[in-house]
Amino acid sequence: MKKWIDIIAKRIFTVSGFVTSIVIVLIIAFLFAEAVGLFSQPVIEEGYVLALNKKNEVKNLSALEIKNIFDEEIVNWEEVGGGDVPIKVFRLEDLDKIYTEAELGDEYQFAGDKIVEQVSSDAGMVAFVPESLVEGRTELNYINDNTIPVGDVLLGVEWYPTATPSPIFGILPLISGTIWVSFFAILFALPFGLAVSIYLAEVANPRVSKMLKPVIELLNGIPSVVYGFFGLAVIVPLLQRTFNLPVGESGLAGSIVLAIMALPTIITVAEDAMRNCPRSMREASLALGATQWQTIYKVVVPYSISGITSGVVLGIGRAIGETMAVLMVTGNAAVIPTSILEPLRTIPATIAAELGEAPAGGAHYQSLFLLGVILFFITLIINSCVEVVSARNRLKR
Amino acid sequence: MAIEINQSYNRRKHGMQSIAFGIFRALSCCIVVILFLILGFIIIKGIGVINWDFLTMPPTDGMTAGGIMPAIVGTFWLMIGSAVFAFPVGVMSGIYMNEYAPKGKVVAFIRTMTNNLAGIPSIVFGLFGMAFFVNYLGFGDSIVAGSLTLGLLALPIVIRTTEEAFKDIPNSYREGSLALGATKAQTIWHVLLPMAMPRVITGLILSLGRVSGETAPILFTCAAYFLPRLPESIFDQCMALPYHLYVVATSGTDIEAQLPIAYGTAFVLIVIVLIMNLLANGIRKHFENKLKTK
Repeated sequence: MKKWIDIIAKRIFTVSGFVTSIVIVLIIAFLFAEAVGLFSQPVIEEGYVLALNKKNEVKNLSALEIKNIFDEEIVNWEEVGGGDVPIKVFRLEDLDKIYTEAELGDEYQFAGDKIVEQVSSDAGMVAFVPESLVEGRTELNYINDNTIPVGDVLLGVEWYPTATPSPIFGILPLISGTIWVSFFAILFALPFGLAVSIYLAEVANPRVSKMLKPVIELLNGIPSVVYGFFGLAVIVPLLQRTFNLPVGESGLAGSIVLAIMALPTIITVAEDAMRNCPRSMREASLALGATQWQTIYKVVVPYSISGITSGVVLGIGRAIGETMAVLMVTGNAAVIPTSILEPLRTIPATIAAELGEAPAGGAHYQSLFLLGVILFFITLIINSCVEVVSARNRLKR
Repeated sequence: MAIEINQSYNRRKHGMQSIAFGIFRALSCCIVVILFLILGFIIIKGIGVINWDFLTMPPTDGMTAGGIMPAIVGTFWLMIGSAVFAFPVGVMSGIYMNEYAPKGKVVAFIRTMTNNLAGIPSIVFGLFGMAFFVNYLGFGDSIVAGSLTLGLLALPIVIRTTEEAFKDIPNSYREGSLALGATKAQTIWHVLLPMAMPRVITGLILSLGRVSGETAPILFTCAAYFLPRLPESIFDQCMALPYHLYVVATSGTDIEAQLPIAYGTAFVLIVIVLIMNLLANGIRKHFENKLKTK
């Protein structure tokens, strides 16, 4: 009996021992399952077609071209590889303006004929209509219903996930927004983080560092949404006044909040690394007549540089993955940022802001999971680098 | 002459030192100032809002008046729920790493995985929770789904503290128990677990402090925008303090009128986090003192 309990206990412990690994595998599987679906989604909104005049030779249009055509930024078929004919856009709503209800039939049964009539009348016409209305009509040409290409997503410079007739999922603005904000956050946090960690590890007397420790722990414990609220209520108006901005929500506000949030990570890891510097090295340096400051920047910091780097990299990881605070203070404009004073939008903020409105299983929903996958791998790479560095350090000792 | 040069060099290098240390000291003071600025701001603006009605009434008038009781209760449920999941699983995982797993590769692997899990951004947990708990397992937007998602977030902290607590128990205790004829499971249950418990509890409280403030994981798994009643079962949606703060601070009918509510909510949230931190520190101190007197 005792023995059986022992064996069962061992089994249970073993299973729970691998629970974190199982969770990571599950996360990868479920995120991927949704994300790859994006690339088998049609470019044009599901259930709709783009119908062209029979004389029009254009067969393929990218999502961006379609959007520009319907925004009237592309006005001639020549620009997208067709003949020199001005583009005329025709939407389903236009039917009601041209024809009376009687002409269309009370169940829209004549709508198909009318669409064909309209599109055939003008060589430059492109009609965005439901597939069911024009099914099987060979009098018209149709744009091929391609699936969303990988390159258009990964290298796309525009993010319009709810545009009709074809949503655009270019993730570059989001990636550059994330990098932009995190870069400045670390730029602000680095001098602070290094100074405080050196002060804690080398300069301050034990009583002072004992008092500072809880302060840093608390900074780490404050919920991100509170940081976001503080940023929104204090930092945003402050920036708006100082820089005379139209809106205070900007990349800079995000960077400042993120810098404060990344500080505790940088400080704790860097301080630990410096405390691990062997006493003998410090004493040797002091015995040679170096001052304490010379010892710090010529001996202690170079010795613990890999640990300090780990801290900074972990801080970057925290900044990249931060959601709520960034969502609240950066203004969320999905454009490639040209200045830190402009609103911008990061990957996590995009997921948080848009997932609620994206219908499950749709292209928009899947594109947000793709963003999740990208975020997951960025942080995984960052963590693995830190792991490798610290493992090498353990070997060194 | 040579002595003179030496003296000026000495003066210079000590001058450098005082400048550098002065800067360090100033920047360290800055950190303290930042913390007190944030805490002070929230506390000063928030404390005036707090009264009995605010803590015990549901929101009214489109969230421009009334209290935050459902959000407090919701956060409380989520903390309990995540603890119910993360505590046993995390403790067992920590025990496995220290007592059962072959030292070396396996432990290193699990530790890497745990660190990786700890490094995953909370919004990715939210996505996963939505895909797995809400849709795949069919829990819907519910307290269960939210608690499990938050529990995954708390897991690495519990595992780490458990592992460290067990590591610090001297081997003589294990050998003593085994020599008396106890099985390994009995040793763990009767000897090691009671000894490690204070530190494990500290880890749990710290992780719950973190869980109570997380917003991103519950956005799509549990949190209700406005639900002026209490959840009836664990398959109900609920309001939660951090999400409520986000909502009243950024959206709604009248942001100006909602501002006092936001300050009050932030205040309650901060107080919960502070209490959790103090509690964890208190237990840690108490335990350390007990060790010393031994």
